[in-house]
Amino acid sequence: MSISARQLTMLAGASALYALAMGQAAAQRQLVMYCGVDEKWCRAVSTAYQKETGVQVDMTRMSAGEVYARVRAEKDNPHGDVWFGGTGDPHLQAADEGVTEAYQSPMLPKLRDWAQRQAERSHNRTVGLYLGALGFGYNTEDLKKRKLTAPACWADLIKPEFKGEVQMADPNSSGTAWTMLATIVQLMGEDKAFDYMKALHRNINEYTKAGAAPALAAGQGETLIGIAFQHDLIDVAEHNKPVAVVSPCEGTGYEIGSMSLVKGAKHMDEAKKFYDWALTADAQKIAATTGSFQIPSNPATPVPPEAPDLSKIKLIEYDFAKYGSSETRKRLLGKWTDEVKNAPK
Amino acid sequence: MKLPRFLIVWLAIGCAGVLVLPWYGLDDGTSLPALFAAGPWLPPLALPLLVAAWASLGCTRPHALIAAAITGLLWLAVEGLLIGQHGWAYAWLDTLFGAGPSQPAMGWGAVCYALGCLMLLAYGLARLGACKGDVFVVSAILLVVGLIALFVFYPVICILSSAVRDNDGGFAPWLFATKLASPSIWGLDCVFGVRSCGVAWNTVAEATLVGLLTTLLGLAFALVALRTRLPMKKLLRALSILPIITPPFVIGLALILLFGRAGVVTVWLANMFDIPRSRWIYGMPGITIAQVLAFTPIAMMVLLGVLQGVAPSLEEASQTLRASSWYTFRTVTWPLIRPGLANAFLIGFIESMADFANPLVIGGNFNVLSTDIFFAVVGASHDQGRAAVLAIVLLAFTLTAFLAQRVWLGRRSYATMGGKGHTGVPATLPAGVRASCYAVIVPWLLLTVAVYGMILVGGFVVSVGRDNTPTLEYFWTAFSIERGVGGWFLSGSAWNSFIVTIEVALIAMPFTAVLGILTAYLLDRQQFPGRRAFEFLAMMSFAIPGTVIGVAYILAFNVPPVSLTGTGTIIAISFAFRNMPVGIRAGLANLSQIDRSLDEASLTLGAHSFCTLMRVIVPMLRPAIVTAMVYSFVRAVTAVSAVIFLVTGHYNLATVYIVGRADVGEYGVAIVYSAMLVLFMMLVLVVIQLIVGERRIGRRTEAPAIEAPGLALVQG
Repeated sequence: MSISARQLTMLAGASALYALAMGQAAAQRQLVMYCGVDEKWCRAVSTAYQKETGVQVDMTRMSAGEVYARVRAEKDNPHGDVWFGGTGDPHLQAADEGVTEAYQSPMLPKLRDWAQRQAERSHNRTVGLYLGALGFGYNTEDLKKRKLTAPACWADLIKPEFKGEVQMADPNSSGTAWTMLATIVQLMGEDKAFDYMKALHRNINEYTKAGAAPALAAGQGETLIGIAFQHDLIDVAEHNKPVAVVSPCEGTGYEIGSMSLVKGAKHMDEAKKFYDWALTADAQKIAATTGSFQIPSNPATPVPPEAPDLSKIKLIEYDFAKYGSSETRKRLLGKWTDEVKNAPK
Repeated sequence: MKLPRFLIVWLAIGCAGVLVLPWYGLDDGTSLPALFAAGPWLPPLALPLLVAAWASLGCTRPHALIAAAITGLLWLAVEGLLIGQHGWAYAWLDTLFGAGPSQPAMGWGAVCYALGCLMLLAYGLARLGACKGDVFVVSAILLVVGLIALFVFYPVICILSSAVRDNDGGFAPWLFATKLASPSIWGLDCVFGVRSCGVAWNTVAEATLVGLLTTLLGLAFALVALRTRLPMKKLLRALSILPIITPPFVIGLALILLFGRAGVVTVWLANMFDIPRSRWIYGMPGITIAQVLAFTPIAMMVLLGVLQGVAPSLEEASQTLRASSWYTFRTVTWPLIRPGLANAFLIGFIESMADFANPLVIGGNFNVLSTDIFFAVVGASHDQGRAAVLAIVLLAFTLTAFLAQRVWLGRRSYATMGGKGHTGVPATLPAGVRASCYAVIVPWLLLTVAVYGMILVGGFVVSVGRDNTPTLEYFWTAFSIERGVGGWFLSGSAWNSFIVTIEVALIAMPFTAVLGILTAYLLDRQQFPGRRAFEFLAMMSFAIPGTVIGVAYILAFNVPPVSLTGTGTIIAISFAFRNMPVGIRAGLANLSQIDRSLDEASLTLGAHSFCTLMRVIVPMLRPAIVTAMVYSFVRAVTAVSAVIFLVTGHYNLATVYIVGRADVGEYGVAIVYSAMLVLFMMLVLVVIQLIVGERRIGRRTEAPAIEAPGLALVQG
């Protein structure tokens, strides 16, 4: 077999044409979704919607921070249509900067009040999709082997016997860890909170990049205790991993996972239809089937028994306006990085 | 005098760009041609073409032609850069002229116009005698330089300029200074105290360590392969291919499953010998092991080439003079391979600096520049300026190493591989050296086997080490097929990224090969002023780390004048330019084996250089073309760092998807997908091997050795 020069030229030409054709938008009804929740949930939602409506869903799963960075970077020429899920702060920031679109879904009055408040805060640029409470989990096998008492409160985590055994994400890169930092500050007041974080720092073995990573690490025994959202921990435990989920006795903070429409979306009509659909009970019950046990914003959604019992969780009055603002965030993150993260162990 | 066809064609294309084709937008085609579009700044673009047409008529006036073409290109660049999508692109223009006009991104009209002007310029220059008046050579040089300027230089300049802006785009040089001087980059606390060091020092230390280790290991392998009677050639060849087809982070992933706190080996050690389980692998140890595993074969290929080039006759002479084998090794062999060692070290150094995925997966609290750049952009702080500053620091390191490699070593390190046949038998290794080589190699081979075993098996058990029940769950999650109202569709999470990856890699493949071979031809066969600078430019993209190019592409190509983000095209382009050095190396290695008298004969018979290239050289370059295409394809499939910023819902790529899974700890899916990718690429390589066969054009036995430096550029 030999390739002649002419064939080679033709090949190059053909692939150039093909590259051109690839750039053409497909005529089929489609929707570009940036998805900030667990990958399995993202996929189940997009395939369910695709099955039901025939709309082709292009889903990219990214962390909330990545979606926010992407939406901001693309604001002059948006490629995404709908931003599904992910912790609420970046949604509020995006609403603040006007890179997302205001839309009042007919479903809105039917939602739980915290979901509606999320919409009010953002002037309808985002809406609450689910509520997830913060907590931590420990590896039961490991704990038994070491004959340690199970931690029950935030205060337990700074005990010396857990030195090098606690894992949390880096709040600079993870919304989960930021929620934790803001929760501790709201629980204890700023000065005491930083004393606590410094004490905790001695017990931390790694600040991971992703928020859910400590939950998995605890399940796999890579760490004894992992600080994460309770639904992430339950998901790990559901996979036959020896993890017990703890809702801290002092009270804990939470996130409001949200959904926004990208301003200037290329498929705005489809996006709005999807938005309404995602707020229905039928759509929200998909979450639990894929192992995501957040509290859904539509009260008609059946809550599976595995889901955390809200009545047993002490939720703090989380001040989203203050701890969502970039000013507070920048200051606290800077302080945390200087005084805690880089501090000697 | 008749108008030359070259001029007619390119004048027509330039005019079509202004008169017929839509000026704006690459994909909608609804906008008007430049002459009829709204902006009053567009019609002047036609003037240079009119002047050029006048200059071409009758006796050609090359000076006027050149002036017209340059004016056209400059005007195009200036209007494109100054007038943005929302008014003036720069705030100072607002204050000078008030609210400005706006325009969308350039489209096919602009592309054709730019090409037309570039070719007219080439013609003019050739008429003035550049490159012996060869129009094809001048236009090829201009085209390659233009493409490199647009897709390598322009993005890098964008990143440099964004470093001096604040988050809202305002000019803030003092911010740059504070960010650059930040102790989080340059802090030396780990030397004097207990706090951790700045990220720049971390990176340099890591890269130096990896460079040293890969060089030593590579040397041990090369010595064992060439200077002992161990039948290892086949094994070495297979080993050298492995890291090329392995997505870079997979090794880190396998190491966690082996040596993590709950890894197979750790648990076994804890159960058998009561060794407490620890997290030692996370951080510098883990990154080092992973990178050494990944990059040693590259060092080995470089050193194999160098060792093969050492003339055995010199060593024989030494032994005849009754030197002991150790003395011979120390005084003859060692000095001869020293430049090669430096070269291998620098390549390992650059590779380690540019590596993004291993630190991401196994880095723990040990931060390096490439991951810090990523998290500066996507992390909760969203500081693009900081990302740019970090990118500049990283770029400075890698470019320095690259420059050092070129200036300090140049071609000297390969000069021993001249065409003269060597007689004599290579000296055997002194016993001590041989023993230490074996001592180094055997554990390394065991580790490699363990790592790859883990990659192939790990995805098919429930949880490696803890629960070894075989399962297909992860496989089905990734590669399942379901049926819905629209008929069968691929519902597995991996399908989209898998198919898109192959699609994009296939598109990038011919471009990489054509660009690489064309550049190699220009470098090897043509003499022109600035040839060294041209070579440096073309090879430079090897030294630009992927994360830097990723950020740069977002900054440069998200907004007009050139808007490509969110398309598959930009991914293909980034592949083509990042992998171009591979094509150039392959081309250069093969071209040096083809006697110049062949193309001289063709030229003497009256063929033009283009005709010679296509009819004489390209057919003989088939092995180089195939090599370039294969490497381009494989590297595109395994690349992650550059494209992690460029992927979208539709154009999601396999490696990015796997890194995402690994990052949240879903090792099952990540490993099964990686194993599939490795197997798929092995299949591709085997199929191509079968089609192309072993036939080589080179007559010299050293042919594979000359390709070694080409392989050295394969990762990165």
